[in-house]
Amino acid sequence: MARVIFRWTVLTVMGVFFLLPLVAMVEFSTRDPETWPLLLDWPRLAGEYPALAEGILASLAQAALTSVLMLVLLVPTAIWVRLRLPRLRRVVEFLCLLPLTIPAIVLVVGLAPVYAWVNYLIGGSSLTLVFAYTILVLPYAYRAIDTGLSAIDVRTLAEAARGLGAGWTTVIWRVVLPNIRSAVLSAAFLTVALVLGEFTIASLLHRTNLQVAIEFLGKSSATVSVAVSLTALLLAFTLLLVLSLAGSSSKERRS
Amino acid sequence: MAGRSRPRAGALLGTVPFFAFVTIFLVVPTLTVVIGAFTGDGGRGVTLENVRALADEYILAAFGRSITLSAASAIIGAVLGALLAYALVTAKPDGPLRRVVTAAAGVLAQFGGVTLAFAFLATIGLSGFVTLWLQEHGLDPYANGVWLFELPGLTLVYTYFQIPLMVIVFLPALDGIRPQWREATASLGGNTWHYWTRVAGPLLAPAFLGSALLLFANAFSAYATAAALVSQGSPIVPLQIRGALTSEVVLGQANLGKAMALGMVVVVAVVMTLYSLLQRRTAKWLG
Amino acid sequence: MTGVAVRLEGLRRTFGTVHALDDLDLAIEPGELVALLGPSGCGKTTALRILAGLEEATAGRVLVDGRDVTRLPANKRGMGMVFQAYSLFPHLTAAQNVEFGPRLRRGSLARAAEMLDLVGLSGFAKRYPHQLSGGQQQRVALARALAIEPRVLLLDEPLSALDAKVRVQLRDEIRRIQTEVGTTTLFVTHDQEEALAVADRVGVMRAGRLEQLATPSEVYLRPATAFVADFVGLSNRLPGSVNGDVVEVLGARLPLVTPHAGGAATALVRPEAVDVVPDPGATATVLTSSFLGSTSRVTVSVGDQLVVAQVPSGRLPDLSAGTRVRVTIQPVAVALE
Repeated sequence: MARVIFRWTVLTVMGVFFLLPLVAMVEFSTRDPETWPLLLDWPRLAGEYPALAEGILASLAQAALTSVLMLVLLVPTAIWVRLRLPRLRRVVEFLCLLPLTIPAIVLVVGLAPVYAWVNYLIGGSSLTLVFAYTILVLPYAYRAIDTGLSAIDVRTLAEAARGLGAGWTTVIWRVVLPNIRSAVLSAAFLTVALVLGEFTIASLLHRTNLQVAIEFLGKSSATVSVAVSLTALLLAFTLLLVLSLAGSSSKERRS
Repeated sequence: MAGRSRPRAGALLGTVPFFAFVTIFLVVPTLTVVIGAFTGDGGRGVTLENVRALADEYILAAFGRSITLSAASAIIGAVLGALLAYALVTAKPDGPLRRVVTAAAGVLAQFGGVTLAFAFLATIGLSGFVTLWLQEHGLDPYANGVWLFELPGLTLVYTYFQIPLMVIVFLPALDGIRPQWREATASLGGNTWHYWTRVAGPLLAPAFLGSALLLFANAFSAYATAAALVSQGSPIVPLQIRGALTSEVVLGQANLGKAMALGMVVVVAVVMTLYSLLQRRTAKWLG
Repeated sequence: MTGVAVRLEGLRRTFGTVHALDDLDLAIEPGELVALLGPSGCGKTTALRILAGLEEATAGRVLVDGRDVTRLPANKRGMGMVFQAYSLFPHLTAAQNVEFGPRLRRGSLARAAEMLDLVGLSGFAKRYPHQLSGGQQQRVALARALAIEPRVLLLDEPLSALDAKVRVQLRDEIRRIQTEVGTTTLFVTHDQEEALAVADRVGVMRAGRLEQLATPSEVYLRPATAFVADFVGLSNRLPGSVNGDVVEVLGARLPLVTPHAGGAATALVRPEAVDVVPDPGATATVLTSSFLGSTSRVTVSVGDQLVVAQVPSGRLPDLSAGTRVRVTIQPVAVALE
C-alpha cells in the first residue's frame, strides 16, 4: 500500500512538472487568437514571416536529405563490414560513436574551416548542413542499424543467397535489407527527429533551419514562435513516441 | 575460407565512401580542434599560449560555472530520475503505465534546445503562464531578481531533460535487482534497513554514480538551450565558445575557442571513461 | 545439533478465486527431510514460502518447535533458505555471502567458514558469484543458509537451474550435509526422481492439497491415489474389472490400494511389475524396445492395448520387434483411476 501511494505521489508530481511547460505553451500561443489560424494558412504565413517559412522548408529538406545520406553511407558499410571485413567493425563502431563524446559546440569549432571549403566549392546553401547532420546522427543511427543486424544472422543469410547464385548487390539489396527494414526505419525516424530539433550547428555556421528561424522570431513575435515550437515539438514527439512504442511491441512479439 | 580471413583489396573498396566522408566531416574537425588548440594565431608554430589562456580568470570562471550547472542538474536529475524509475519498477513490468512513461522519457530526454527554452519562457518567463498565475495570487517568483536567465534558471530548465535521461539509463539497473535478494536478506535475519544499506544500496551505487556522470556530460555538452535562453553575457563555456566564434571585434580569439573546445572534450572524455568503467561493473552485478 | 518439529495446520492461501493452498496439513519430524513434490502450481512453493514467512497464509497456523510463528516476520523466524537460482549477493564474495547472516546477528564467523568448508568450497572463498559455476553458487547458497544455524532449512527447487549431471551430484551432497547437521528440512521440487532420492518422506501435492505423505518406497510402490501413481513413476493404464478387493487385469489378479465399488475400471500398473517372455504361441507382439542402460523398456501390443514393460537389458536381444510374447503382471497393489 505504501508503495502504491509512493508511486502515485512521484508520478503525479513529475507529471505536473513535465506537463506544465507544454500546457503553458498552449496557453501562451492562444493568447492571440490569430496565431493558430495563421499557422495553418501557409501562403499567409510565408507572406508575413518569410524567414520562418524558409526555415521550415529548409529543415524539412535537411531532414529528408540527411536520412538519405545517412542510409546510403551507413547501411551498406555496416552490412559489408559484417560480411567481409569483421576486423574493421571496431573501427567503424568507434568512429560512429565518437560524436557522442564530442559536444556539438566543439564539432562546430572544428567544422568551421571545413565549411569554409564547402562554401567555396558548393556555396552556402542551408542544405550543406546535411553533411554535419549526418555526422551528428551517426551514433543513434549506427546503434539502431547495428541492433537490427545483430538480430539476424547476416553471414548465414548471405552465404545461403550466394550459394543460390546471388551477387553481392543482390545479397545486400534483396536479402539483408528486407530483414532489417524496421531497424532502418527507426534510424530514419531518429534522424528526422534530431534534425528537426538541431540548432547549434545551423546557428553558428550562419545557415537557416526551423530552430534558427524560431529563435530569431522569438525576439519579435513571441506568440508565433511559441506556437511553431509547440508544433515542431509535437511532430518530433509523435515520431519518437511511435518509434519507441513500435520498438517495445516488436520486442514483445519476439519474446 | 582463405578469402574471408584475408579480404582482397576489392572488399576494402566498399568502405571507401564511408571512411572518406567520416574523415572529412568528423576526423578533420576533431583534429582541427586538437591541433588548433596548440597553434598560434598566425597559423604557424606550436604554442601553449591558448591552453595557458584557459587559466585566465574569466575562462576558469566559465568552466567553474559550467561544472556547477552540470553537477547541480546532474544531481537533481539523478535523484528525481531514480525516484521516478523506482516508482516504475514497483508497477507491473509490462503494464501500460510503465510503457507509456518509458516511451515519454525516451522522447523528453531528446527534448532540448530552442523549443525547450521557449517552453520555459511560456511557463515562467516574465509573462509566463505560471508567473502570471503566481503574481495574481500575490507571489512574485522574481521579487529578488530574474533568475531564469542565470544558473538557477538553466539548472531548472536542464532538469527537464535530465530526469527522463536518468529514467532511461537507470531503469535497467533497477530491473537487474532480483526479488530473491530481498527475500534472502529477510531469511538471513535482515530488515528493510539492512537490505537497503548492505544489499540494494551497494549494488545500485555504481549504476547510480555512472548514470549521474552521464547526466553531467549531457549537461556539460548542451549548448542550444542555454544559447536560446541567455542572450546577455556568456556565463558558461559553450557560450564563451560562441563568443570566440562569432566575435570579429576581438582578434586572436579563434584558437582560444579551440582551446576551450579541447578543454570541453577533455572534461567529457574523463567523465565518459569513468562512466563506462562503472557501467562495466554494473553489467557484471546486475546484467 | 538436533532439529525441531514443524507443523503446518489447515493452511489456506487464496489469490482471488484460486486456492493455491487448500487446507494443507503437514507435520515434519525433528531432523527429518520432507520433500514436497508436485506439478507446477500445486501449491508446494507457496507452502514453503509461508513457512519461511515470505508469504502470508489466508488461514491456518505454522508451528515451529511447538510455538506459533504464523505472525512472525521472515527475518525473525531463523529459517535458512536456498532459492532456485541467482540468490547470492553479486557484490559479495562467496565468504562474505556466507558471513552475511552471522554478521547481521553478530554471530560467529567461524561457523561461516565451517559451512563453506562443509560444502567443499573453502578454496573459493574469495571468488565472486559470477566467477562460480551454477552448482558452486548453489553450494554457497546452502552454506549461507546453514551459517545462521537455522531452525529449519528450506530448499525451493534448488537444483532445477542446473545441468543434469551436477544436479545428481549436488542432490546427494545436500542429503549428506543435511544428515550431518541434522536440521529439519523442507525440500520443494517438481522432479520425482529428486524427491525420491533425497527425502525421508515425500509429500505429493495436487491443487493445494496433500495427496500422500509417505516414505519414497511407499509412495512409489503403494501410491495412495491415481494421481500419485500417475505423477510418480511411469504407469500403464490398463482396463480391468474390480471384484471385491482385487482387480483383474490381462488375466492377473492384483490387490487394490483402496477399496472400490466394483465393475469396470482402469488400473495403473508400473512397467516394473510387467514381464514379457518370448512365446511363439502367445497373442501379444513386441512393437518397439528402447535401451535405457541396465534396464530396457519394451512396448507390447496386446489386442488393441499397449503395455510397457521394464526388463533387464540382457534380455533385449530376444525381444526384437515382431516377437510374440507372453505378458505377466506381478501381484503388487495398484491404484485405480
